[in-house]
Amino acid sequence: MRNFLWRIPPFKQLKMSFGVQRLMLAVGLVIVSIFVLMAALAPLIAPYGFAQLQYENGEYFGAQEPPNPNHLLGTTVGGFDVLSRVIWGTQTALMVIIVAVIMSIFIGVILGLISGYLGGWVDRVLVLVADAVYAFPSLLLAIALSIVISGGRSGLFTGILAAALSITVIFIPQYFRAVRAETLRIKQEAYVESARVLGAGNLRIMFRHIFRNATRTLPLIFTLNASEAILTLAGLGFLGFGIDPTMGAEWGYDLNRSVSDVSAGIWWTSIFPGLAIVLVVLGNTLVGESLNDLADPRLRARQSVEVAGDE
Amino acid sequence: MAKQPGAGNSLLKYLAVRFTLIFPTVLILITMVFIVMRSIGDPITAALGGKLSNEELEIRIEAAGYNRPILVQYFEYLGQIFRGDFGSTLTTNKPITDLLGTYGMATLELAVYAILVALVVGIPLGMLAAKRRDTATDAGLRLFAILAYATPVFFVGLLLKLIFAVTFPILPVNGRASVNTELAITLMDNPTGIYLIDAIRLGEAEFIFDVISHAILPGLALGLLTAGIFLRLVRTNMIGTLNTEFIEAGRSRGVRESRLVTSHAFRPALIPIITVIGMQIAVLLSGAVLTETTFEWKGLGFQLAQYLNARDYVAVQGIVALLAVIVALTNFLVDVLVALVDPRVKF
Repeated sequence: MRNFLWRIPPFKQLKMSFGVQRLMLAVGLVIVSIFVLMAALAPLIAPYGFAQLQYENGEYFGAQEPPNPNHLLGTTVGGFDVLSRVIWGTQTALMVIIVAVIMSIFIGVILGLISGYLGGWVDRVLVLVADAVYAFPSLLLAIALSIVISGGRSGLFTGILAAALSITVIFIPQYFRAVRAETLRIKQEAYVESARVLGAGNLRIMFRHIFRNATRTLPLIFTLNASEAILTLAGLGFLGFGIDPTMGAEWGYDLNRSVSDVSAGIWWTSIFPGLAIVLVVLGNTLVGESLNDLADPRLRARQSVEVAGDE
Repeated sequence: MAKQPGAGNSLLKYLAVRFTLIFPTVLILITMVFIVMRSIGDPITAALGGKLSNEELEIRIEAAGYNRPILVQYFEYLGQIFRGDFGSTLTTNKPITDLLGTYGMATLELAVYAILVALVVGIPLGMLAAKRRDTATDAGLRLFAILAYATPVFFVGLLLKLIFAVTFPILPVNGRASVNTELAITLMDNPTGIYLIDAIRLGEAEFIFDVISHAILPGLALGLLTAGIFLRLVRTNMIGTLNTEFIEAGRSRGVRESRLVTSHAFRPALIPIITVIGMQIAVLLSGAVLTETTFEWKGLGFQLAQYLNARDYVAVQGIVALLAVIVALTNFLVDVLVALVDPRVKF
């Protein structure tokens, strides 16, 4: 999660921001840090396992128990402890984000570089495919892929992989577009021309001269995509294509099981996993939005003009 | 959608090029869906495996032609689609295109409500946020926009249900209409499938009220998602436009700030909205699947979820392919609209 700090350290942004913008960035960073910490420390903080149904003495938790001292947030219709599943859910969400984003950056960046640099029919075909995928309802593609990868519901790792891969396919066009557009621009720059005159090969120009400059905007897309990854994972879970409840805790699945609870007035099974999704996405989006605003001189709050945005 | 460079120097030529682009787009999507759905084997085994004996499965697979080379099947499928035949569902044996008539209208109705909510909520609030830029109002509105995006539609739906249908039971929990209304609409001549129109045609206040009260919560749930996106977009564009020279000129002539926002900057800031409404079609369709499932709103998305659970992948493939065509056509229409409205697009 923290590896994106290497390019745009949010602490630098935190310093150059002020007022509302700084507050938004700070709140976002705090939420994201809590989320990552929870995921790392889940085994220590969670009162029970995510698939645990019984106490140590063999007695069952009971289903749909309202919040009580033993189960601070109550139990679900399946008899799981809500608090534990909310906490363990951070691990699943974090893993999906990491896998999905790494894969889509890797593939999307390479395709974008190649497409933008080479141009011609390669470029045209790739742009057409990327546009087609981009315009299509992402959840439907994700569903189709998760059926193929895992046959619907599945274990923790196949489930995470299925969710991550489905998300990857949706995200590749976004990285592809961003990197391709930048590559097209940079390709015209004098220093690329000089490199070519000096006899540098295509690969060297692509990966040494263009790559560094074309990937500057990626951390922004990254944070926004992390949000989308969580929402897609939850959507898949909500439709019943997520991770088996005995294999991992997933908030979307828990919400799916709580639909009938809601009509009966049982609120604790839906509110808490739902809030978990909202908070994580909120934290991520706050960070992403603030970074985006700080990078865009049109949107940067007025008093901060003295800070140089270009590197 | 960005315009292709070299799209020609006349509107007509641009439209022609843009129209031809629909075909490869649809072809790519349909091919992808075909590959993805077929890579799990034949749909008959997926849907009925375990329910029928192996011999019976063999017979049905052969009858449906799933034992032939995959390429033959692929080209046959393309031919079918080209003729407008999206196949029939395995489990209920209904033509997919018929589903569009029955359930597509329900989804369309929901989508229209959602877009209305989004426009009514998103645009004025976005303008307000731009005008009060960097104040507490702006921060609050932006937080609202981010929250609207951060909250999954199904969770918004569950919350709305919990508040307005369970705790304070003023609105119905599920469905598109109550039994009486649905019956009256089914029995009328040529129902459009859009319940509000049908209810108005029936002319009974009770039906109209019933249909509207059922539509409020799903429309809000799906609409708020898009409202957040509109708010952010209008705010960003409005701020950009308010910094331009023609606004500065207006300002120096003494035009009031509120008038600059509502009149001068309004049109240029709104053009991107049209483009984004087009891109929202995809988001709306994803959201519709989730919203319809949450509210048992019997539209295409609800139906898709049913077929998914029944492992009827022929139906799933058909519905997804049909949606691909719809999305491609809508995007084309939006691009045409933008070309006609935006003065910066020169031909």
